[in-house]
This record gives sequence, structure tokens and C-alpha cells, in this order.
Amino acid sequence: MIVDQSEFADALLNPDIAAPNGLVDPNGRPAGKRFDVHRNNVIFSLINAMQIAFPVVRKILGDNFFKAISATYVRNCPPKSPILMVYGEDFPAFLSEAQQTQHLPYLGDVARLELARRRSYHAADIPAIATEKLAYLSPEKLLKIKLTLSPMMQIVASDYPILSIWQMNMVQDFPQIDALGEVVMISRPGLDVEMHKLDAPTHVFLTQLKGKSLGDAYDAAVDIDMGFDLTQAIGLLLSQNIITKIIS
Amino acid sequence: MSQSAKALIVASAVAAALTAQTTSASAAGKEKCYGVALAGENGCSAGPGTSCAGTSHVDYQGNAWSLVDGGTCETIVLPSAADGTARTGSKTVLTRDIPA
Amino acid sequence: MSDHNIPCCAGVGYKARHLDNILNAPSSIGWLEIHAENYMGEGGRPIAQLKRLREIFPISCHGVGLSIGGEGPLDTDHLARLKHLVDWLNPGLFSEHLAWSTHEGHFLNDLLPVPYTRNVMNRVVDHIQQVQDTIDRQMLLENPSTYCTFEQSDMSEVDFLTEVANRSGCGLLLDINNVFVSAINQKFNPKDYIDTYPLHLISEVHLGGHEEDIDDYGDRLLIDNHARQVVDPVWELYKYTLKQSGPRPTLIEWDNNIPAWDVLAHEAKQANIILAKTTSMAAQ
Repeated sequence: MIVDQSEFADALLNPDIAAPNGLVDPNGRPAGKRFDVHRNNVIFSLINAMQIAFPVVRKILGDNFFKAISATYVRNCPPKSPILMVYGEDFPAFLSEAQQTQHLPYLGDVARLELARRRSYHAADIPAIATEKLAYLSPEKLLKIKLTLSPMMQIVASDYPILSIWQMNMVQDFPQIDALGEVVMISRPGLDVEMHKLDAPTHVFLTQLKGKSLGDAYDAAVDIDMGFDLTQAIGLLLSQNIITKIIS
Repeated sequence: MSQSAKALIVASAVAAALTAQTTSASAAGKEKCYGVALAGENGCSAGPGTSCAGTSHVDYQGNAWSLVDGGTCETIVLPSAADGTARTGSKTVLTRDIPA
Repeated sequence: MSDHNIPCCAGVGYKARHLDNILNAPSSIGWLEIHAENYMGEGGRPIAQLKRLREIFPISCHGVGLSIGGEGPLDTDHLARLKHLVDWLNPGLFSEHLAWSTHEGHFLNDLLPVPYTRNVMNRVVDHIQQVQDTIDRQMLLENPSTYCTFEQSDMSEVDFLTEVANRSGCGLLLDINNVFVSAINQKFNPKDYIDTYPLHLISEVHLGGHEEDIDDYGDRLLIDNHARQVVDPVWELYKYTLKQSGPRPTLIEWDNNIPAWDVLAHEAKQANIILAKTTSMAAQ
């Protein structure tokens, strides 16, 4: 019997299928449990990868629930790349759609936050501009410049208090959640990932900065809220090393 | 708002941010340059890695749903929504959240 | 920058949690091995750590995701990432496995076995040559731990590896724990394997721990889980091999239940003691 890799792979991911004929023990008997070693390796290692990738979703669901839903995810969406640091990209959508997690409507967004943290952690190291560069620009010029933002900056917006939920699970003695929706900016000024809660105008400002001029982004933010604090927003960009280029 | 008035607002905000920046720069440097991560905060940011080892744990049959578990969803109480109902992740609320 | 060549002493598989131990006492270990795939991100801490470590230690690069034994073509995106890593890291050695892990675009995260046939050999040789052409250096091919036997196999693993190496020009990484695991699982004498193995092609040796289990028929089934110390029979087989091959750079692998640094360093020390004896015997 010839075993091809399609047959092997199908049986690996589906425990209801018997080990392929043609795989045997040294005495020629059906491989049975010997094949299960590979089934275990695949499923266990990928569930383990999910546990490392989504520690907060895991805490929210508890170990057994998380393991079960991860096993289903792994079988439906095995990694597309041997680089496991990015595995789980479809997990937020999977959680949002899964029948079993409909009672936790915030869960998909929490997973999105965890993914964004990983993207930031592994993002390219692009040096921030020397801050004086901004100081030398005339007021008129400042309005027209565009800023290139580092790929380590990620924004996750949610109708749920995802940052508070994250902190409640990861920070000891975190107080009771009192926010509704939260917008989180993830950044990595050096090697450690940080998270900052954004108010609505700052969220608009940062989103508009991708593509629009500083003046136009400011306008958009003020349109949302006259109280927009530009000093604080620019301060955040500078302190987090997010501006990598000024395009005049 | 006139362009020149806006230019002045933006310029003074940028200037203020730059000043604040230079005064706080010396407070930075808390980070371990190469080490694993800030204690307790970032441990899992790196995400999963690869291994060339197998496992002796038997897990591949773990297919059954087990909703009964001690996850923190039981203790996450979200603020009252617009309709005034408290929202938690617990299963008692679950029955209310899902349309029959 | 440190000398890139891997010295003929013991190294360990690098784990981030040991970084402080390693940097505080760099003389406690001769070299480090990393898994290529864990350093294929764009930046951040993993890359920063590796850049720091390569200033101090010779680094060997061990791939776990090329799927050399895969029926499909190699993933050229992945090859390009590997080339980028190898170009800047300039590792002393690069190795991969005689196994497959990717099928139709899905990565299964296990080192899956191949049957030993002419067809498979042709494919493996082609893939190795493609890798070596891409990264512009020789690669080493590692023998697998096997659990099942393919009925369709028509040659021995050693014959298969020998011919692959001769045809592709690759070197060999001999994992002595894998030989032992496969020998128990497949009921052959591990010393026979070593006696027929092309020892002159070995550029690196791996040692690691395994777990005992039994199969459906009550026979011993060893699982290569790298979760504990190297067992005595594997140390014996290591000595037996070095007596014939002479000393070779030797890596301690420990990937699961990762121990405190001292425990790992102790394993490396054991290997160094055996290596030193082999070297002095060879000198006599």
C-alpha cells in the first residue's frame, strides 16, 4: 500500500479517520497508536501555540473551553505558514462567529487586541525621526506635512472595554470595569509593547494621519470634538517613537 | 477657522509637545534592552514559536465542548448598556442575550 | 564579532528565558543553536537578542519549516525569508530535517516521516539543491525519529541518507537520540545504524531527551519530546559514535518543560567531558 501525503494529512487532522493503510509497526501490524503520535504532535503543539498566542482569551474562557475551541480552530484553520509567531489571524473572526461564544460578544475584539500586540512586538525596527525636525518647520509648513507612522503602531477599536478586560485579566487587583467601548493604541517604543487608551478625536486624528496632512487630520479631530488635545496627541506620537518620516 | 490661526494653534501644540518630550526623555530607559520582557506584563507578546520536538501528551481526541469552566468571563461585569441591563459574560446572562 | 565557525564542543538550543544566564556567564557554553523560523519576524526583541548573541557566540541555524520531504514544491516565500536570515546572521551551520510539515499550503507543525524510495529520494535531492542554491551554502540534513514504518519503503534510512548526501552535496546532522528512538521503535540495533552510517559526513551531532510509552501491542514506543535529560543508553551510543567518527560539535536540545539554565548547562558539560576524552584518544 502506498501512502501519499494527502491521505496522511487528512488523517492527521481528523481523529475519526483510521491511520492510513500502509503505515505499520516493525512487525507489519497496523500503525495504530504509532500514527497517533503524529496526531498528538500536530494538535497539541498547535493548541499550545494558541494558548501562548491568546493568553487573555484563554483566561476569559478557562482552560478546557479554550482548549476545545482551539482544537476546532486548529482543525479548521491550520497555519498557512511555518512562522507560528503570526498564527491565529483568523481567530478573532472565528470567535465572533462561533455559536459557543456568542454570549461573550467582546471576545473577538479581545483576540484582535492580542493579535495586534504580537504584530507590534515583531514589527520592523524603523527608527523614529529626530524630534527637532518638527521644531524647525514654519507654522504654515507644519499644516501641510504628512507623517509616516511606524508599523509597530496598531489601533484596535471596539464597542467593548477591551483594554480594561485585558488589564483585568493580566494586571493584579485591576479595578472593576467602568467603560463602554474602548479604542486602544498599541505601540512599541523600544522592545516592549505598550497600550494606550485613545479618546475619540485622537483616534480620528491618528487614523487620518495615514494619508492626510497634519492640518487636515487636525481638522477631522476637531470636527469630532472641539476639545481635542493636539499637544497630547503629538506628545504620544513622539514619546512612543511612532513618527518615522516627515513628508513635506 | 483661518488658515493662519490654525497654523498657529498647530505650531504651538507641536512646540508644547516637543518641550514636554525633552523634559521627560530622561525618565525613559526603564526597559531591559534584550531581556525577556517587562515582568508580568509582556510575557506573551512574542507569541508561539516553533519546535522540532514531539509531545507525549495525548490530546488529539479533545473535541468535546466543555462550557463548564472557571474562566474569568464569570466575573467580567460590563457597565450597564443603554437599555439599563447589566451585562456580564456569565451563563445566567447568556440566556437573556441570545434571542430565543 | 565572534568567530562564526561552530567549535567542536557542546552547544545548547537557545531559549529566551536563559538569556540573562547566558550573558552573565558566556564562558559556560561554546555555541548556540536557534530555530530559523523564530527569527523570521521583521524586528523587535527576538531579532535584537539574536543580534546581541551573535556578537558573543558562534550561532548555528536549525530550520524546522522547509518541508524538505514534502510532495509539493518548496515554499519560495519561506525560502526567501530563510535566505534573508542566513545572509545577515551568517550562521556557522545551517541544518534541516528529513521530514515534511507543509501540505497544500497548510503547515502541520510536526516533522512527518517519508518513505524511503527512489521517488522520494529524487524529490529530497532536488529540494536540498534548491535550498543550497538559494542560501548559497551547504546545508546539513538530520535523520528523523520515526514511529511508523511505510510498507512502500524499499531501502534503509542510512542508505537513503548516504545517497541523498552524495547526490546533493549536503552534509549530515546525526541526531543520536533520534537513532535510539527509531531503533527501539523499529526494532533495530542502534549500533548497526552507526556502523553503516557515513560518519565522515557528520558536521553536527544532536542529543536530547525522549519519553517512554507503549504501542497498541504492548511494545516500547519512544517519543522524541526533548523534555528531559539525555538518557544513559543515548550517552553510550554517543560515545560509541564518537569513537569511530572523532569529536563533532554537539548540541543539547531541550524544547519542552524547559529547565533552569544550570540543568541544561550540566548536560552540555557531560557532552564536553565525552568530547574531551574522544579528542585525547584521537591524539594518542
